[in-house]
Amino acid sequence: MAAPQQRRLIFKHIDEPGYTNDLACYQRHGGYEILKKAVRMPPPAIIDEVKKSGLRGRGGAGFPCGVKWGLVDRKSGKPIYLIVNADESEPGTFKDRYIIHQDPHQMIEGVMISCWANNVKQAYIYIRGEFPHGARILEKAIAEARAANLVGPNLLGTDYSCEIYVHRGAGAYICGEETGLIESLEGKRAYPRIKPPYFPAVLGLYQCPTIVNNVETLCHVKHIVDMGGDEYAKIGTPNNTGTRLLCVSGHVQKPGYYEYEVGKITLGELLNEVCGGPLPGRTFKAVIPGGSSAKILKFGETFTLKNKDGSTRTLTVEELPMDFDTLAAAGTMGGSGGVIVMDDSVNMVEALANINAFYAHESCGQCTPCREGSLWMKKITARMVHDTARADDGVLLKSVADQIAGRTICAFGEACSWPTQSFIAKFGDEFKSYPETKKVAKADGALELV
Amino acid sequence: MVNLFEILMNLKPETLRQIDEVITHYPVKRSAVLMLLHAIQEDVGYISQEAIEWIAQKLELQPINVYEVVTFYPMFRQKPIGRRHIKVCRTLSCALMGGYKTCETFEKEFNTHRGEVSPDGEVTIEFVECLASCGTAPVVMIDDDLHEKVDVAKAKQLSASLKQEAAQRR
Repeated sequence: MAAPQQRRLIFKHIDEPGYTNDLACYQRHGGYEILKKAVRMPPPAIIDEVKKSGLRGRGGAGFPCGVKWGLVDRKSGKPIYLIVNADESEPGTFKDRYIIHQDPHQMIEGVMISCWANNVKQAYIYIRGEFPHGARILEKAIAEARAANLVGPNLLGTDYSCEIYVHRGAGAYICGEETGLIESLEGKRAYPRIKPPYFPAVLGLYQCPTIVNNVETLCHVKHIVDMGGDEYAKIGTPNNTGTRLLCVSGHVQKPGYYEYEVGKITLGELLNEVCGGPLPGRTFKAVIPGGSSAKILKFGETFTLKNKDGSTRTLTVEELPMDFDTLAAAGTMGGSGGVIVMDDSVNMVEALANINAFYAHESCGQCTPCREGSLWMKKITARMVHDTARADDGVLLKSVADQIAGRTICAFGEACSWPTQSFIAKFGDEFKSYPETKKVAKADGALELV
Repeated sequence: MVNLFEILMNLKPETLRQIDEVITHYPVKRSAVLMLLHAIQEDVGYISQEAIEWIAQKLELQPINVYEVVTFYPMFRQKPIGRRHIKVCRTLSCALMGGYKTCETFEKEFNTHRGEVSPDGEVTIEFVECLASCGTAPVVMIDDDLHEKVDVAKAKQLSASLKQEAAQRR
């Protein structure tokens, strides 16, 4: 069976020959017409369309965008801020990079529509420090839009004004967490805030109501206003509407970025047909479906899932549709859309050691279980690879991971323990036998992962 | 008024203009800390004690408020680095495609170790976390520019062109 066709909504012009990232090109392709339409609509009507669309956040948690907007405290009398989370840093995720570099005006249009809808007068784009060209491209794009009255005072001749500024991060993964991002934007260490009381919708930037949305999410807003929430909701599958950017990396023939209707493509179709299957002579071993903190899936395992009518269905890894709900039911998550594939050349102890090194480096250090736990998980897996490995190290690792999740201020605690928990649960034997495996010299000088 | 720190740091007029502009972007001056650190690091190459004190004064903060930011964010450094900054991605997708070998190749080519300035002062190699270009792994940033699919052969090529550029300069 052939894989379904891509449906390119957000990536319509990405890699299109002759398409440039300047305002003139964007406007030749119908750019900012939707913003012009939006400013003729009452703001609550736009929020309603977004609610009807069922759009779920594309940054990781999959929280409904309309609900997020609905939670904003509009009675406080304080200004409302909008922050674009362009701190793309979940390992395996590389979608926003292409929007920012190749089609920045699409994002800016989405931002301005969202600002209009939420009566936001000041928006910030928090872009990761490692995108210096991206930051310059955005600054140039904003300046172009400002000169054309598409950003700034008296937008399109209305009495509404809204400014956008670019704010650069400096290499800290935790800034992707929205309250950490807010602290960072306030000029501090990115220590996430405790919720309650610091829900951004009520007490966000400068203790004012704040909306934090992912780059891709805000681009979708433009298309929702274009086609109407009901029409948009027909794309994808129920409760998993719209299209989704999927980033595939690791051991496949054709890694890259693809855009599909949510839930209309299975993991197997994506990896075997779209991405050309495993590398020559290799077979797939494991896949992380939604950024490195998502729980790993093992090829060969099956999932018994409940249907709406109470009956059950059994799916293999290959049969899992790439949507939010099925992946969650299978014990993992769609997360940020970053699919990392590992073939049979990979030893899972070494892969986990690589991941643990990342999380130990990126823990902000605020909560003891996470600061100490992520470090010890790194130390244990690094010791297993580079020094002595013990058969019961897997048990030890799991005991550390189990004491982090649920005991921290932010979701980083879960993000850093899920890999360890899922690797041990699914590849426990490999951890047990690692001391023996190590004694056998690697014939093909296999990959070093840590 | 002549500012002693400005003289010590010898900031370019363009940097000073950029700094004054960026402070106006925020209702609270403190928010500009990261942007000022970026501006100064791009101009001077690193964040000195003088820079920390100057930023604190500029934003009406205590030096500790700036120092704690410098030490938290991996991109800020308190010492000069080599003329060119080679950042090799270490994280999983790049590692699966040979990122560790890429990093070692650069180390050999410039006779240095990650985190150090090469003996000729030309490069500093850093093994960094995810650069968000996992589909074209392994990836490397040389200063502001991204290089994709940098296997051992391409790492050697890139090293050769860096060395050639250095030789022409001398």
